Amino acid sequence: MINSKYFFKGLGCVKSFDSPAIALGCCMAAIGALFKNIGFNLQESVFSTFLTYALPGSLAMAETMIIGGSLLNIFFAVWLVNSRLYPMTVSLMPLMMHDSQPKWKYYISCHFVAVSAWLIMQKNYRSISKENRIDYWMGVGTATWSIAIIATLIGFIAADYLNKDIMIGLAIVNPIYFMCMMIGSMKTFQINSSIILGFVLGPSFYFISPEWCILFGGFIAGTVAFFLGEKNDN
Amino acid sequence: MTTNIVLAILITSLATFSSRFLGVITAEKIKENSKIFRWFNCLAYSTLAALISRIIIFPSGVLSEVDYLIRFIVIIASVLIFYLTKKNLVYPTIFSAIILALINSYIV
Repeated sequence: MINSKYFFKGLGCVKSFDSPAIALGCCMAAIGALFKNIGFNLQESVFSTFLTYALPGSLAMAETMIIGGSLLNIFFAVWLVNSRLYPMTVSLMPLMMHDSQPKWKYYISCHFVAVSAWLIMQKNYRSISKENRIDYWMGVGTATWSIAIIATLIGFIAADYLNKDIMIGLAIVNPIYFMCMMIGSMKTFQINSSIILGFVLGPSFYFISPEWCILFGGFIAGTVAFFLGEKNDN
Repeated sequence: MTTNIVLAILITSLATFSSRFLGVITAEKIKENSKIFRWFNCLAYSTLAALISRIIIFPSGVLSEVDYLIRFIVIIASVLIFYLTKKNLVYPTIFSAIILALINSYIV
């Protein structure tokens, strides 16, 4: 089944001072408060983070609901924002796939693919033998997922005490944290180009299509960066 | 629970999980030292960067009520703190939340 040594090692990654726990907690607390403000009850708020566990997607759902969008509108709004999870999963799973491990672990643990856990894994996977990486990943994912659920609960309960200024303060935590994490992971020419081009092209495509800008901008930026990197390596 | 909200949550989780699950299915056919793997790695970083910069430049929700200039000052200051604290992630994130809440309370 699951190798507990590596699972707990992954689980412990959120204990360090530099872990994503604080930032992730702040972001999800803001989501919890937002859920309460748009009429979710406690169970629905927790259930949402439990099942979705992707902050920009939850935000897209809340906003579409606020403007009275249909279920189909919600599906597309969320899918467009969260489609980034597809390349993120493809770029992570081959690092963890091992013949000795059952497939169900990969099918279930893909639920944990989110920015925090993904960046932690990208940073640490080399220090874990390939055979045990999936168990380590399940630990990392369980830890970040649990933090997200608990923080949503806290945010929901604290919603009445959070004024607008605090909500604004919490809302900036997410992009700042992700941005710093990404800057920290800039180590090769190909990755640096991907990040810089993505930062530039994402908002640029907003003027053509606000809905598709992340996909279009990200796809073109990543593809150009890939070819630039390959050419540079040669 | 309200049926509509529950349905919205289920639809949201389906839209999210489909990308993750398709990712695993695709990954089964990809070797970690192949070119296509490197391409997907570039796509992952670039789409993430595109998402972050869109949230910062064209935010939605409460963040859209903050002036552009204030947003950029907070972001630049946070990145500077990130470098000054030897790439520690906690200081810039906490700083950004406190400073933005304070600016919004007392200056704006």
